[in-house]
Amino acid sequence: MDHFEPTLLWAIALLPLIGFVINGTLSLVRARRSQAHLLATNPAPVRPADAHGHAVDAHGHAVDAHGHTVDAQAHHPAAGSTLIPTIVGPGVVILAFIIALINFFGMFGADLHDPIVETYWQWMPVGSLSVDAAFQLDQLSMLMTLIITGVGSLIHVFSIGYMREDPGYARYFAYMNLFVFFMLVLVLGSGYALMFVGWEGVGLCSYLLIGFWFKDREKADAGKKAFIVNRIGDFGFLIGMFLIFSNLGALDFVTVMAAAPSTFAFGGGVVTAITLFLFLGAAGKSAQIPLYVWLPDAMAGPTPVSALIHAATMVTAGVYLVARSSVLFALAPISSITVAGIGALTALFAATIALVQNDIKKVLAYSTISQLGYMFVGVGVGAYAAGVFHLMTHAFFKALLFLGSGAVIHAMHHAYHATHNPADAQDMRNMGGLRRYMPKTFWTMWIGTLAIAGVWPLAGFFSKDEIIWQTAARAVGPFEPWFRVFWIMAFAAALMTAFYMTRLMIMTFHGQNRTGAEERKHLHEVSPVMWVPLVILAVLSIVGGWINVPAPIANMPILGWLPSSEWLHHWLHPVIEQADYVFAANVGDLAHATPVGGGEAFWAAVSFLFATAVIALTAYVIMKRRYAPADESEPLRGFGRVLYHKWYVDEVYDAVIVRPIMGLSRGLWRFVDQGLIDGTVNGIGYAARAFGWVGSRLQTGQLNTYAFATVLGALLLLALVVLGGN
Amino acid sequence: MLESMGYSSWALTALLLLPAFGMAAVLIGREEHAKHLALAMSTVAFIVSVPLWFTYSAATPAFQFTSSIAWIPQWGIHYRVGIDGISLLLVLLTTALFPIAILGAYSYIARRSKAFYAMILLLETGVLGVFVALDLFMFFMFWEIMLVPMYFIIGIWGGERRIYAAIKFFLYTAVGSLLMLVGILYLFFKYRALTGDLSFAYMDLLQLPLTFTEQYWLFGAFALAFAIKVPIFPFHTWLPDAHVEAPTPGSVILAAVLLKLGAYGFLRFLLPLFPQASTHPTIVMIMMVLGLIGITYGAWVAAVQPDAKKLIAYTSVAHMGFVVLGIFALTLQGIQGAMIVMLSHGLSTGAMFLLLGMLYERRHTRAIDDFGGLAAVAPGFAAVFVFTALVSIGLPGTSGFVGEFLALIGTFQTHPWVAVIATLGVIFAAYYMLPMVQKILFNSLTRPENLRLPDLNGREIAVLAPLVAGMIWMGVYPKPFLERVDVTLTTLIETVERKSAQTSFPLGMEIETDAPAEAAVVPAVPVTDGTDGTPAANGARPDSRTGNIVASAGAGADAE
Repeated sequence: MDHFEPTLLWAIALLPLIGFVINGTLSLVRARRSQAHLLATNPAPVRPADAHGHAVDAHGHAVDAHGHTVDAQAHHPAAGSTLIPTIVGPGVVILAFIIALINFFGMFGADLHDPIVETYWQWMPVGSLSVDAAFQLDQLSMLMTLIITGVGSLIHVFSIGYMREDPGYARYFAYMNLFVFFMLVLVLGSGYALMFVGWEGVGLCSYLLIGFWFKDREKADAGKKAFIVNRIGDFGFLIGMFLIFSNLGALDFVTVMAAAPSTFAFGGGVVTAITLFLFLGAAGKSAQIPLYVWLPDAMAGPTPVSALIHAATMVTAGVYLVARSSVLFALAPISSITVAGIGALTALFAATIALVQNDIKKVLAYSTISQLGYMFVGVGVGAYAAGVFHLMTHAFFKALLFLGSGAVIHAMHHAYHATHNPADAQDMRNMGGLRRYMPKTFWTMWIGTLAIAGVWPLAGFFSKDEIIWQTAARAVGPFEPWFRVFWIMAFAAALMTAFYMTRLMIMTFHGQNRTGAEERKHLHEVSPVMWVPLVILAVLSIVGGWINVPAPIANMPILGWLPSSEWLHHWLHPVIEQADYVFAANVGDLAHATPVGGGEAFWAAVSFLFATAVIALTAYVIMKRRYAPADESEPLRGFGRVLYHKWYVDEVYDAVIVRPIMGLSRGLWRFVDQGLIDGTVNGIGYAARAFGWVGSRLQTGQLNTYAFATVLGALLLLALVVLGGN
Repeated sequence: MLESMGYSSWALTALLLLPAFGMAAVLIGREEHAKHLALAMSTVAFIVSVPLWFTYSAATPAFQFTSSIAWIPQWGIHYRVGIDGISLLLVLLTTALFPIAILGAYSYIARRSKAFYAMILLLETGVLGVFVALDLFMFFMFWEIMLVPMYFIIGIWGGERRIYAAIKFFLYTAVGSLLMLVGILYLFFKYRALTGDLSFAYMDLLQLPLTFTEQYWLFGAFALAFAIKVPIFPFHTWLPDAHVEAPTPGSVILAAVLLKLGAYGFLRFLLPLFPQASTHPTIVMIMMVLGLIGITYGAWVAAVQPDAKKLIAYTSVAHMGFVVLGIFALTLQGIQGAMIVMLSHGLSTGAMFLLLGMLYERRHTRAIDDFGGLAAVAPGFAAVFVFTALVSIGLPGTSGFVGEFLALIGTFQTHPWVAVIATLGVIFAAYYMLPMVQKILFNSLTRPENLRLPDLNGREIAVLAPLVAGMIWMGVYPKPFLERVDVTLTTLIETVERKSAQTSFPLGMEIETDAPAEAAVVPAVPVTDGTDGTPAANGARPDSRTGNIVASAGAGADAE
């Protein structure tokens, strides 16, 4: 086989970083200049606007009247002023994608087995701890790099159209480029520590981009919430790292994966703890129960951000973490079953919420949470390749759906903006019949919908089915009953997916238009810079699954039209073979039937039929319903209301966690710091002053106060030490 | 070239004298020249200190750049200076931050600027003196000198409650140091009792064999002084008041440099002088628990502060908690982490107080609620503010992460449960910092007076840029810092572990029997040959000159 040397591996990550520096500098310089301009030309203080008419988020400058003022002073960004971000922002990501492709083809021909590690410098060399700034290229990180830079490129290009009129255009691309940089560090990092750099870095970019229109308090809140909830997960990641280091003496993947099977007993306590802590991190980043609450709020960011960060890449980092640590998880069956269980629960739970949401992005947000749950079911049951497969196809069709919804919101917003209507441009009740105005968006989004619903032969059919099948096939060992439950849950969630996505499509594109008579005239298809990425993603959503057609399906009548090519399994084999080996050595052979009988091909056909049936039924039911525009609609009642309010989980968290901590914080400050400590100090001071006053008036009370108090404190401490010591 | 100038022999002395000369020059000079003179002198001091970084030999644990002059020899008091890796980093932090703090104060200090800048320069001499002193008397003198300028800086140029804050600051620290003085004197007399000689030399006192009980009491006396300085809960309540009331440059120096003195004291005195006490499980656990309380309590109390400066003051308590954990974990990663946390905290909190000072100059308020939406009008300010906040909460790729990560992973090796609780601090850090960032920079701009807030000017950018660069450097490539302190800390840990493993011994007998031998050896103690910087001559290793005391006292392990 050919020898393979990575080409410019470092440049893949460096290019987006350069893009960040250029766009960031440009954004700062511009913003400073426009502010100086404002101050120079506008001697009277402008009244700041506090109330913004509508909660539309497609345009920063439309949100806040003050934004308009600044914007108007600094000229509406003309073609010239957006030129550099337009070229640099997407350009660096496309270049990175090209380099990634070159490496991919090199690797493809070389049949690489061991990972390639390129070390750039020693990052934290301290005694036995040795952490390098190094990239690891193997089949898994290669695949992730292609997804990130490939889908990232398309989303960057889409953003040119979506964000062009925003005064923060350069800043937007600066953050997006920085995100791509950190995401690449996350997947290319050669060990847990460097992965954590990317891990928190993408969290930071997510924070900045969710709160991109920071003047709106709700959006700024959403960014903050995302960061803090993610930090809970990061806590787990850190503890996992500490445990790995203290047991294996290293943090880089090669050493850890090589040493783990001989160090840890199968099902041992330490490896179980490590993997559970790592999964806490994964649950934070990938929005799983109980840490999923930040992701729906994260939709406050610009829609391309939701597509890139909150659907295609960052939120899948948790799945990547589990797949990357496959050996550790394979050694810890309790952790694995936990991963699968949380995944299944999340898949089902989020799907129920998606059933009744009216905000088009909220539906997609809960759908994303649900699909991430699937991926965790896959990696949890030990089918790491299946989890990663779904990660990939999901990146295609969910990016497509988000960008499509972005196109819809863009058009809706334009219509409302032109008529000064404060209605919500994201509420599907205000849409309807859009297929006449945006045919390209309409068709591509239907492809995405069919893909996610699992309709043959689209990408989601193959990836989702494989997870569901593997859940059944791996139902061996002590947790067998649980696998059966997960299998049923995954199947149920798949049916819900078909329902809520069809509902979304029908409400948005079919039936009568509900946008308004005047507004309707302004609805139109988006520009090519936006719909071309949609078409490319639609193609990928169709063919993306064909790289991994399982043999039983390929041998079926009718559906067996596609050739069997379990290519992705072969491709990822070197990365997960050790985990498979651990699994085979300790658990045994897989079952080859579902709990209720039937093979892979049978159930694939059944789920295809079910999905088609649900889509048809839903289309029929929803078409017949007459939706009223949002401001004329009645609120939901009964159980629908509970679902609409997302099972009130946010409210419960607020009451049980947030408020008590705030109260405790205030209490500590008032009663301990000011009351107890300073009070003691001052109290002794008053007593001392009284004595001093009686005795003589030579001293100032203050001096005595603290001297006395501190000596007393010292003596107490000393006494404690001495008594405790003996 | 530097060697031909004898740099290693006069560098530290020059560092002590330059700010002192500067103080004299400021006092003699004219009012309007004061700040320029101060900036110039502190910059010269910084330039003089830079070669330390390059010529310091990281391969030896010995004190370097040493010099020694008899001062009050009849009491065993000498002018002895020298640095090891720990002091090297802290000296450079100090010399780098003083010019920045002074430049940052340029438009802040409006009245009595001669006196102000004289005080600042005196403070610099005091702090540097503490970091380079190798004589306990001299150390104590600088320790006390330092309090005076800080007291006046808070008391004269401070805010509304400045008198209260200044007195609180002074008395807290002074009382702590009084007990330390008692401790120092005890060591001095103990040394005299054992050897018949008078010496305050650090290297001499390091050799004293102390019983458990002695170590506990002395540990307590020293630890209190240092704990107040760090500050460790519950001795921290002077800090919020001092920070809030101090003028910007005062807060910057206080946070960036003065808070490091306590931790420096732990490393320089507590661990090596009282190894058995410092490693006793109960004491370690007490320190760890206090560190943990600092991390959680500091963060929680910070989160509810309405005053931005006070909020940052409480975050210092949280940050220094990590330092305490790292040190008492007594692992290399832990102490390295503590060192980086100290440096990082110096840069990030220094920058944070500078930024808040810039806001105060513009709006004359520190209340978080008086702002909002500033990112729209002052994007440059917002960018630096967000970056600094992220360093403070330990974002990877910045210095804040390297420090906390090493401190935690080091603590985890010996005290896993403590590290687990401390790691919760990463959540709390986001909980206190991000709401403030949001309330100041984001949300809608509702106050008309903020609408015309000017962005950073050239001077302010010049002040902040080096701090930002330092925080990135230390986060991306901390190796130069880590390797300079590596051997020092490895040796420190080895020494502490070896000494604490030795069994205690009844003192009196051995001393009587071995006294003649010691008397023959010890008179060579005054260091007069330090100018060439060779380690052996300066006796950094315990065995080179005075190890006889220990050896003769029955330990023997020092004889290598």
